[in-house]
Amino acid sequence: MNILTLIRQVPDAEARVKINSQAVDLDGTTLVMDGMDEYGVEEALRLREGGAPIEQIIALAIGPKRNEDALRTALAMGVDRAIHVETDEKFDAVTLSKVVAQVAQAENVQLILVGGQEADWDSQALGAASAERLGWPQLTWTNELKLDGGTLTGRHDVDDGNESFRAELPAVVSTQQGLNEPRYPTLPNIMKAKKKELRKDDAASYGLQNRVRTVNAEIQTRARRNTMIDGKDPQAAAARLLELLRSEAKVIA
Amino acid sequence: MILIVAEHSAGKLAKSTLEMVTAARDSGREGPVTVLVLGQNVAPIATEAAAVADQVLVADLPVLATYNAEAWAAATTQIAGEGEAHTVIIGGSRSGREFAPRVAVKLDAPYLEDATSLKANGAALQAQRYTYLARVTETVEAEGPVVVVTVKPGSFEAAAPAGEAGEQYDVELTLPASRVEVTGRSVEKSSRVALTEADVIVTGGRGVGNAENFSKYVEGLADALGAGVGATRAVVDAGWRPYAEQVGQTGKTVQPGAYIALGVSGAVQHLSGMGKSKNIIAINKDAEAPIFKVADYGIVGDINEIVPALIEASKR
Ligand SMILES: Cc1cc2nc3c(=O)[nH]c(=O)nc-3n(C[C@H](O)[C@H](O)[C@H](O)COP(=O)(O)OP(=O)(O)OC[C@H]3O[C@@H](n4cnc5c(N)ncnc54)[C@H](O)[C@@H]3O)c2cc1C
Repeated sequence: MNILTLIRQVPDAEARVKINSQAVDLDGTTLVMDGMDEYGVEEALRLREGGAPIEQIIALAIGPKRNEDALRTALAMGVDRAIHVETDEKFDAVTLSKVVAQVAQAENVQLILVGGQEADWDSQALGAASAERLGWPQLTWTNELKLDGGTLTGRHDVDDGNESFRAELPAVVSTQQGLNEPRYPTLPNIMKAKKKELRKDDAASYGLQNRVRTVNAEIQTRARRNTMIDGKDPQAAAARLLELLRSEAKVIA
Repeated sequence: MILIVAEHSAGKLAKSTLEMVTAARDSGREGPVTVLVLGQNVAPIATEAAAVADQVLVADLPVLATYNAEAWAAATTQIAGEGEAHTVIIGGSRSGREFAPRVAVKLDAPYLEDATSLKANGAALQAQRYTYLARVTETVEAEGPVVVVTVKPGSFEAAAPAGEAGEQYDVELTLPASRVEVTGRSVEKSSRVALTEADVIVTGGRGVGNAENFSKYVEGLADALGAGVGATRAVVDAGWRPYAEQVGQTGKTVQPGAYIALGVSGAVQHLSGMGKSKNIIAINKDAEAPIFKVADYGIVGDINEIVPALIEASKR
């Protein structure tokens, strides 16, 4: 069986995000593979290392040229090959799931791993929408996963706690913290990755039509009071803070 | 019609459902505000919903006893189709954001995810949402015979009962069985007010020192103020507190009236979960800690000295 891991190249968490002509502009921003997607790549490698009969682990990215870097990172971590559906158009997650479903079918994939919430569009929709298009079940916010034959077991978070589950492949699994600690690519593996296949696909062949328009983007700046209180005299500082919370902010009685 | 899928737990309608009713009424989209209640033994919930909605559709079925994405998506899609809904509103909870994309695909509808505002713009529906770890607010819009939306909890006022209660109708559904078997469940209960509903939250970070200090300082101050308790990932990773209390990118998103951060550095992943709080109060011994950049009130000082003084003073 084959595993597909979905990948996005996003701004480094510490990087500044800037806006240009009412849209986010990533020119000159430090970009990295999304941390949430890294859990997915790592998990695919671990399932294989744990003895599951996995022929190929394929990384898929859809988006601008910069995504190549994330795919190279995935290859260096150990995935077998990569597919880049290159497009500069900003498609919404539900539209992108069309590509995921088509690639999954063409590549004979049984398991899709995807980050629980991507750090660029703050969306949780790609995995679920892909599962629906394929007619597969999905497990979101997974922090423990085992594969035995065609049976997945594990644990994932739900609204009010967590659940242990069992499901048969094929399935879509979305990842999150706690699932694993992603490995760093080693230098020899980075060298090896250069020889691995990174196939370019034409976005036009997937019949995409954007359904959500971005009208505007703004950096959130909320004016904060920034009232600083010296803590050298703890009693005085505590009294002053409570007074401010009561009289100025009016948040406590 | 505008179709809202009710969120409820433990036999009660969730506040998020009342927020969705406000979102629907204020959106400028036309038609009756209809609440769909999915579950088993949900009569009391349907009655609560009827107090705020124009009509309530009730599917009271054993297969709906517990939530699962495939059944919820199938049920919502059937009702949206039969009722010719032009707007489907689903909660922005974990489960809501899990089954809503399936509904969008089934209905071949555009999907506006995790909206913090909603308004009609001609034939289109326009929403705001946070992106880039909640550092950017994007305005997005979509149109179609039907649009699917999830609404971020805490973004709208809860609707209050007004006028006559809406009519209730039972609905028939044919639903698929879930292909995910739940083999165990652990509900994280807290004796305190739920994080997403709390008006004041006290959160502890690694700077609190250890699990014992966390109880003493963070829970101590929370109890003195009648507040909910939150934690950073560093604290959860260290095993001092359960994951249910984690606030941030991979934890809960909260926007209380006051967020009191004790020994929290203010990493972006943490800020993405609490940066929209109305008032942020930070206590940290490092004057350069990034949390002070977003704070309304900050005390540069040691938790071990300031917090006992705060607990003492707030009891007076
Ligand atoms: C993919 C990903 C997802 C993440 N998701 C989350 C998330 O959901 N939530 C989250 O919180 N983090 C998340 N993180 C982790 C985040 O980056 C930070 O590591 C974490 O928030 C730091 O926690 P902290 O502030 O408690 O600890 P630290 O960064 O160690 O800060 C401790 C602070 O306490 C102060 N301090 C120490 N002693 C005292 C004292 N005696 N008195 C007063 N102050 C003191 C220090 O000055 C310091 O500022 C995520 C990271 C990644 C990569």
